[in-house]
Amino acid sequence: MSMDDTHLIEIRNLSFRRGARMIFDDLNLSIPRGSIAAIMGPSGTGKTTLLKLIGGQLRPDRGEVWVDGQNVHKLRHSALYALRKRMGMLFQHGALLTDLSVFENVAFPLREHTRLPETMIRDMALMKLNAVGLRGARDMMPAELSGGMARRVALARAIALDPMLVMYDEPFTGQDPITLGVLVRLIRTLNDALGLSSILVSHDVAEAASIADRVYVLAGGKVVASGTADEVNRSDSPWVRQFMQGLPDGPVPFQYPAPALEDDFLGQGSTKGGCA
Amino acid sequence: MIRLLAALGQRAQSALARLGRLHLFLLGLLPALPGGLLRPRLVVDQLFHIGVLSMQIILVSGAFVGLVLGLQGYNILITYGSAESLGVVVALSLVRELGPVITALLFAGRAGSAITAEIGLMKSTEQLAGMEMMAVDPMKRVIAPRFIAGFMAMPLLAALFSAVGVLGGFFIGVGTLGVDAGAYWSQIESGVDFYDDIVNGVIKSLVFGAVAIWIAVFEGLDCVPTAEGVSRATTRTVVNTSLAVLGLDFIMTALMFNI
Repeated sequence: MSMDDTHLIEIRNLSFRRGARMIFDDLNLSIPRGSIAAIMGPSGTGKTTLLKLIGGQLRPDRGEVWVDGQNVHKLRHSALYALRKRMGMLFQHGALLTDLSVFENVAFPLREHTRLPETMIRDMALMKLNAVGLRGARDMMPAELSGGMARRVALARAIALDPMLVMYDEPFTGQDPITLGVLVRLIRTLNDALGLSSILVSHDVAEAASIADRVYVLAGGKVVASGTADEVNRSDSPWVRQFMQGLPDGPVPFQYPAPALEDDFLGQGSTKGGCA
Repeated sequence: MIRLLAALGQRAQSALARLGRLHLFLLGLLPALPGGLLRPRLVVDQLFHIGVLSMQIILVSGAFVGLVLGLQGYNILITYGSAESLGVVVALSLVRELGPVITALLFAGRAGSAITAEIGLMKSTEQLAGMEMMAVDPMKRVIAPRFIAGFMAMPLLAALFSAVGVLGGFFIGVGTLGVDAGAYWSQIESGVDFYDDIVNGVIKSLVFGAVAIWIAVFEGLDCVPTAEGVSRATTRTVVNTSLAVLGLDFIMTALMFNI
């Protein structure tokens, strides 16, 4: 079974559980080539897990993940690594190598995977750093960078090998408005200028929706809404409305599941976590 | 009672599972070692961190152990009128036992714990996952160079420990207590056998080095990626390496010296 050529990624009947908890239950999802796809959903819905499944870092219990015509979890080790060379991933906290400078971090994939002369590696790394506006920070160490700068360096590293796909894991979390604006613009610009496809995992609704060509909302291990940002915003589903509008209570309850109030305050309920 | 048994069973099961993972890890590491050897720059970097930076504690400890052996040995030997044998007593104690064993224990405390913490932090900050996604195998890029360097550094450090210890014994025995210098060295020359003593000591230090670095890199990679997880893994490295070294020392001594 192969996949449709218009889609870079196809996920079919994917099921994945951690211990007793089902993260994905028969998930189906297709991402067109050249687009920015925003995967949204509240914390704990498995957005980062989905990226790890696409990158082959986790194995599903059932189902298939196809990337560029290749079934990720059927690939041999060398073929999987060859596929990963064409994928870039921006981790939530950057995942920069802390013993290397900014320049060396960006040059790292080039040094590992190419035999280019040093002058060319220098030029390429500086071009990528220039694209994210940090050419001047080349000699800094990761510990000296702010959170936003670290993510931009990680973005420069993710595109160092000119990948076909970049996956962004919560790129906007904890960013100040200026950095946030810079990141939003960068993701759109890089996607269009380099002809990439991008998957953006986020729960920052406004920012993700503003640049995404398609939005997928995850809940209960499935895609509960998909389409353009406007289409998803107009969804009738109370769950999707609650998420997109940031309502504190609704189908997703404000209270974490707990014993009845009467049991805790009036009855002889469990004394765990409280005074006996 | 049932709860106690269940808790004991759970602990035993967890220990066995860890032992299983330790051996599976070694099986995964072995194919990565030739690749590590092909990148000598990475190995040399690690030799510096693991070997050269451990020299201070090894040399100082070796000197003090030699000094104490000199004092204790002299006090015992003088009662039998054989203080001239001090050199061979100090040298054999160091080359056969104390050199490899104490070096391995210090190695676990200084380099092993540092390696576990480094790899554990790389795991918890997603640096290893980042490498995997860049199609760089952490086993080849991070683990193999550290394993090779640790394996190479241990016998060198043990040799330095023993050499400095012998000099420490010389300083206290000859310099302070009046043992004849010629007797000190000639007793060593005639009493220490190259194959039975020195080679066996080197074999011990190679085995201890392999075990110490194996446990250190495994614990780093196997740790729970949190601050507490890294801290626990670092402690386990020191405790497990110490127990493994002392247990192996007993077995190897029994085999080597036909006891």
